[in-house]
Amino acid sequence: MADKKINSITDLQQLSQTLLDKQKEYKIRVLICMTGCRALGAKDISTKFKQSLKEQKLDNQVIVIETGCIGICAKAPTILIEPFDFLYGSVTPDDVDEIIETTIKNSKPVEKLAVSQNGEKTANINEVEFYKKQKKIVLEKCGRIDPTKIEDAIATGGYLTAVEMLNGKKPQDIIDEMTASGLRGRGGAGFPAGVKWNFCRQAQGDEKYLICNADEGDPGAFMDRAILEGDPHKVIEGMIIAAYAIGATQGFIYVRAEYPIAVEHINIALDQARQLGLLGENIAGSDFNFDIEVRMGAGAFVCGEETALIASLEGQRGMPRPRPPFPAHKGYLDKPTNINNVETLANVPLIIKNGAKWYSDIGTEKSKGTKIFALAGKVNNTGLVEVPMGTTLRQIIFDIGGGVSDGRNFKAAQIGGPSGGCIPAEFLDHEIDYDSVEQLGAIMGSGGLIVTDDRTCMVDLARYFLEFVQSESCGKCTPCRVGTKKMLEILNNICDGNAKPGDLNELEELANTIKKASLCGLGQTAPNPVLSTLRHFRDEYTAHVEQHKCPAGICKELTTFVISAEKCKACGKCIDVCPTEAITGEKKTPHVIIQEKCVTCGACRDVCPFDAVDTE
Amino acid sequence: MAYKPELDIDISLVEAILDRIEQARQVSSSPEVADAHQGRVSSSPQVADARRVGGAAGGKVSGDDLIPILQEIQEAYGYLPRPVLDRVSERTGIPASRMYGVITFYDQFYLEPHGKHNVRCCRGTACHVSGGKKVINSVKSALGIEDGETTGDMLFSMETVTCLGACALSPVMVVDNTYHGRMSARRAEQVLQQLKVEEG
Repeated sequence: MADKKINSITDLQQLSQTLLDKQKEYKIRVLICMTGCRALGAKDISTKFKQSLKEQKLDNQVIVIETGCIGICAKAPTILIEPFDFLYGSVTPDDVDEIIETTIKNSKPVEKLAVSQNGEKTANINEVEFYKKQKKIVLEKCGRIDPTKIEDAIATGGYLTAVEMLNGKKPQDIIDEMTASGLRGRGGAGFPAGVKWNFCRQAQGDEKYLICNADEGDPGAFMDRAILEGDPHKVIEGMIIAAYAIGATQGFIYVRAEYPIAVEHINIALDQARQLGLLGENIAGSDFNFDIEVRMGAGAFVCGEETALIASLEGQRGMPRPRPPFPAHKGYLDKPTNINNVETLANVPLIIKNGAKWYSDIGTEKSKGTKIFALAGKVNNTGLVEVPMGTTLRQIIFDIGGGVSDGRNFKAAQIGGPSGGCIPAEFLDHEIDYDSVEQLGAIMGSGGLIVTDDRTCMVDLARYFLEFVQSESCGKCTPCRVGTKKMLEILNNICDGNAKPGDLNELEELANTIKKASLCGLGQTAPNPVLSTLRHFRDEYTAHVEQHKCPAGICKELTTFVISAEKCKACGKCIDVCPTEAITGEKKTPHVIIQEKCVTCGACRDVCPFDAVDTE
Repeated sequence: MAYKPELDIDISLVEAILDRIEQARQVSSSPEVADAHQGRVSSSPQVADARRVGGAAGGKVSGDDLIPILQEIQEAYGYLPRPVLDRVSERTGIPASRMYGVITFYDQFYLEPHGKHNVRCCRGTACHVSGGKKVINSVKSALGIEDGETTGDMLFSMETVTCLGACALSPVMVVDNTYHGRMSARRAEQVLQQLKVEEG
């Protein structure tokens, strides 16, 4: 157990070596994802592993490690076995004995648990397409270490960069290095991080604050959750470097209460870092003092906006205020404050360790480094993906993501959550970076990437986001408070079949006004989902307005489901699933929907294996 | 909101929370805490409280700490009972109006008691495109309540939340602290049925 305080860089290097040697005492490491996979029974697998290894007296050679996200959530629960690098998916406790027999005792893969792609099973994680095309630098340790043990972080070089910086590096040099790296803020807007740090460093003030924004409120984004859960020490190390560079002595991590595992892991990590003297007074024997406090959000999306976040930290309603003054000059308690997102801070130790040149060689001309995307929706390999900036959507969705699920057709990728937009199939080969995404009417946002198929209604999706921002609007400025409400009314009318001619024009006009006139980022970007779908999927809007049809079969009032007599194989699945007994049919006779009884819930269409249920 | 006197509220819980905070405020003027404010590590829980409560505000309980205090009170009572809030106001001098302003702004503060089991359904984007609405409707009809309501027997509360960050396992439902991924309307019903059986 590492409990001695670290007083110098040599102390840390020695500890790192000792811990690494200790790790090598185990021949085999069984890594079990205990974050997302917990929802599908990972805990039982871990318990079974530990028990069986003990019974077979293998527990002195094999260690079971509960890790953060391994990445390929679609195959949850997933486990990874080192040193073989065998990745197993959809594991159950019943598989544990076979894994011990085949892999642990005989070093061979368990074929049936290997991830299959293009019909072939591949056990080695490095040969799985999902991982082959990724470049994991920020997520390098995520899924490979126990995030609740600082020993694991230190054994793999954690905190070394920060401690090196504290021992003699000039803060301004660190800032210059950050600026040269070209790292742009990963929270969404993409402002150069080094420049932001410099504003705060230059600002006059006896006390300065550093805030890590972990209020990942964009629905569909979970990369910050994964980093905090899987490698919290990387964020703390990034914060120490940032605090030293700007001259802050107090830090905050403002994290959503919806992320209980992240809150737990970050608190454990902070305690451990304090015990080792890596936080607190005279960090690692230097003359730098810095500590971090965790604050939990209370459920308000707008608190992801930096001035609203500060208001919330100050115990106020989380309402934004006009900028300038920017937080760098007047932030928390009116003192100079720097706010960075989790992923931004997790990049910091890597950039400082490897240099700006190394970092800026990754990515595109104006967007450097990698970006983590949370891949979800109608895609086969849902999960966490880290790729260099400039990777195309096709590579992300089809090569890494394995294509659209259920063999359906790709319709659009929704990027940037409620502030973003939908990118249609014709742009699949565009390189994705901050600027290209914006040109297509979306924004990079924090990196939520939701794949939609031909059964997603783009008008309904736009309405969904409008509903979201409308309920999350703080109410301070009129364009956002009233404007989004009016937009939502129009969208509801369109989806319910009550649209009037001219509605689309009014929608566009309102959208452009809200964009220009709103106070904060929430309002200024709220119309984006509507504008981008109007731009790329106007046909679908006109179908709703003029023909009173929802081509995707989602808007209930505009949909009539029918069963195709040619495609129906009379299997009866739809009859079983229909909640209103609206489907009739015997064996060998095609089934029929009784329209009077049908509530267009779509359950029959979801369940039909022959794609026989269609919209009229 | 009409004032309902709540007779069975154990006011001693909030007194204890406030005692601890006030004590921490006194401790916070001690040299030990002054050190702690500058980052010196101490394992003393009082100092930890003082750091948390007064960390940035120079050791005084102030409106700055309102949100963590409310979170702690809600943790203890399950919701924020009016007599408790009145007591907080009396003892700290934070006006009740200011507290209510904050409480009603944030989704996660409750002014009404919640059921024994809390069912949260995700309405994030991934869940939305994967049929999350069907799960939500099935939970509502299984419990016979709407979003934000509690069943008459006080066994279940249900609410929808913006995103639980488990998008890759969508649609997601969380019952108490257990995550259920890849839900369908039918599976959601089964989970609730199981709980109802356990409750008798």
